[in-house]
Amino acid sequence: MAVLAVVPFLALLGYGLTRDPKEIPSPLPGRAAPDFALPVFAIGDGSIPGPVPDTVRLASLRGDVVVLNFWASWCLACRDEHVPLVETARRYGGRGVHFFGVLYNDVPSNGLQWIRAMGGQSYPSLVDDRTRTAIDYGLYGVPETFFIGRDGRVAHKQVGPVTVALLEQKIDSLLAEPALVSP
Amino acid sequence: MTGAFRPVRWRGGRLANRYAVWLLLALLAASSSASAQSLPATDSVRMSGPSRDSVLEAQVRQLSSELRCPVCQGLSLQDSPSELSQEMRDVIRDQLRAGRTPEQVTAYFVGKYGEWVLLEPEPQGFNLLIYVLPMLAVLAGAALLVVAMRRWTTPAGDAADEDTSAADADGAEATANDGGGGESPGPGARG
Repeated sequence: MAVLAVVPFLALLGYGLTRDPKEIPSPLPGRAAPDFALPVFAIGDGSIPGPVPDTVRLASLRGDVVVLNFWASWCLACRDEHVPLVETARRYGGRGVHFFGVLYNDVPSNGLQWIRAMGGQSYPSLVDDRTRTAIDYGLYGVPETFFIGRDGRVAHKQVGPVTVALLEQKIDSLLAEPALVSP
Repeated sequence: MTGAFRPVRWRGGRLANRYAVWLLLALLAASSSASAQSLPATDSVRMSGPSRDSVLEAQVRQLSSELRCPVCQGLSLQDSPSELSQEMRDVIRDQLRAGRTPEQVTAYFVGKYGEWVLLEPEPQGFNLLIYVLPMLAVLAGAALLVVAMRRWTTPAGDAADEDTSAADADGAEATANDGGGGESPGPGARG
């Protein structure tokens, strides 16, 4: 009798142990990436060719692959992924791939200081006033990186630092997709 | 502490039994009516209110107490002091001000953070477990209590009828106690 009650209960607790309680499953992959128009506060070190606008609009990048990396100067894990991001962005520059940093819960002056201290950033970084874009992307920490395909849909969300291998794998698979622009 | 769970016996055993059952029922009724009261708050807030702002703020409070803070452990947006929660409360306020209904605002956050963001998940599928299990546990506990109290408050003679071997020893002990004025602690400490 007692076994009947205890065994399912233990099974439920055991199932709970296999899950990460800090992870919030995102409903975004597969859906259209939330649009944004964010001002640029750091234009990048100039190693990627092409003009940098004052304000970046996601809608105007349709047909290209976008890597959106949310970061902050107070974020320790963001230091680990800085070099992989900077170098991968440089390598894919001018090939229909755009990298953008988005400052989360931080002020641009701290962001600029951090970029200088880290030896520069090859791609532009944007200001997200009142974290509206972060909330639109269901952000719950930094770093978080979103891979947006040519069709304007979120293909993948990475929680925690990215690696060169992950960046290459995701970007290559998105570049391999036909550049269909849905209306 | 010897005999911590030793049943106390007194003359009005049957009466005490009835009181205990009523007390249990009253407690159950009180808890269920308390949870029923907290539900229709949004509707009453929407209907009345002295000014538009206070209605809006009440709606913001209501909605943010139903949504979970993403950077906390089990806190609502309303209870969380974090900056992200503050911004999310502002988003709720802005969306309500722009004419969205509370349901649409909730749907917006579910679209961004998934069903995880709801402090009270929709009672569907696997989620039903968390609604049904506590009720089953309360019912099982109540049944256990009723059985246990009946056993504790049944006079020695009746107990012998229901449960022979264990109750026999119990009954002998109880009669000894009753006869001795009940001042000395019982010899058969079970705890």
